[in-house]
Amino acid sequence: MMAIIGAFTSLVGALFFLLSGIGLIRMPDAFNRMQAGTKATTLGSILFLIGIGLQEPDYLGRTIILVVFIVLTNPVSSNALARAAHGYRKHIGAKMVPDALAEANEKTADAAAKDGSGKEAAHVD
Amino acid sequence: MRTLKAKMLASLALWVAWMLLTAPWSNQEAIAGAVVALLVAFLPLFPASPLGDLRLTPKAIAYGFAYVFVFIKALVLSNFDVAFRVLHPKLPIDPGIVRVTTKLKTPLGRLLLANSITLTPGTITVEMRGEDIYVHWIKVAATDPESATAAIVGNFEKYLEVICG
Amino acid sequence: MAETVFSIATAIAVLGLVLSGYRFLKGPWAIDRTVALDVMTIITTSLIVAFALFSGRRIYVDVGLVYGLVGFVGVVALARYLEGGL
Repeated sequence: MMAIIGAFTSLVGALFFLLSGIGLIRMPDAFNRMQAGTKATTLGSILFLIGIGLQEPDYLGRTIILVVFIVLTNPVSSNALARAAHGYRKHIGAKMVPDALAEANEKTADAAAKDGSGKEAAHVD
Repeated sequence: MRTLKAKMLASLALWVAWMLLTAPWSNQEAIAGAVVALLVAFLPLFPASPLGDLRLTPKAIAYGFAYVFVFIKALVLSNFDVAFRVLHPKLPIDPGIVRVTTKLKTPLGRLLLANSITLTPGTITVEMRGEDIYVHWIKVAATDPESATAAIVGNFEKYLEVICG
Repeated sequence: MAETVFSIATAIAVLGLVLSGYRFLKGPWAIDRTVALDVMTIITTSLIVAFALFSGRRIYVDVGLVYGLVGFVGVVALARYLEGGL
């Protein structure tokens, strides 16, 4: 009984993996691909791994560790990628209508230029 | 006191991870794991872990459990949101980066908040400077910081404020 | 029953891996490839654990655990490199 529940849980998780793959192909730029990829793989891997743990209770402890690890680290890597992508937003043609981060960068760059201290503001392209 | 709490919590976390890794338990393994976890946490090798920011009052623990459920609900909702946007033939997106502010002071609280924002419907954290968080929003609904803060952060902040200030 | 459903689940996960692999090959920019690599790392970790279940050998779960760790460090290192901070 447990094995059947686990197998169906894994099936739902695998559907979210498929969804992240479709999202990576359909979305127009790197930020939106990240939106689809990070969220769908997080829930997908939670369900897929817990499903495996339900099918084979010996593995349950390790799959729980893996799930906690993925939930903690997946947003971190997506955040690092988003910061990197923001530096290339003009190259990759990302359309963002209010871009508060670019405005803040311009403001600090202006302040540094007015200051005349010669220090370059970080991450200005 | 604060560093002692951080080290005790770190050794507890290490011990729980050890117990999950050695799935069929025996007493000897549990005791050896506890000793090694305490040793590793109290050796002066690592800087103070941010776990010391957690509050351990009963109210904070109750809010912690409530936060887990709120987080899981937000994660499931965000996945259905992604599914809707990805599978919709017209791809209904309207992305932008908005600035939100947080009232949380501690590093652990901000880390949890940033991770939660990334896993909730339609938003990912791009950059964090002091108390400003810059969030990529797949369908911008509000551009001014106040209403964006209420829409994105408000739901989690009231729990995280109790859990880890 | 359970085995059949789980085989179908694994096949769907492999299909997701192939789709993200298409994005990894097509690009067009390095950042897109890195996003695809991030997704592929997570799916591959799950598939390694699934392989442990298929082959009945517990050691592959540990392999999946270590692959998850190394993949995370690799993706973050690539992102920091693209950002110019490495």
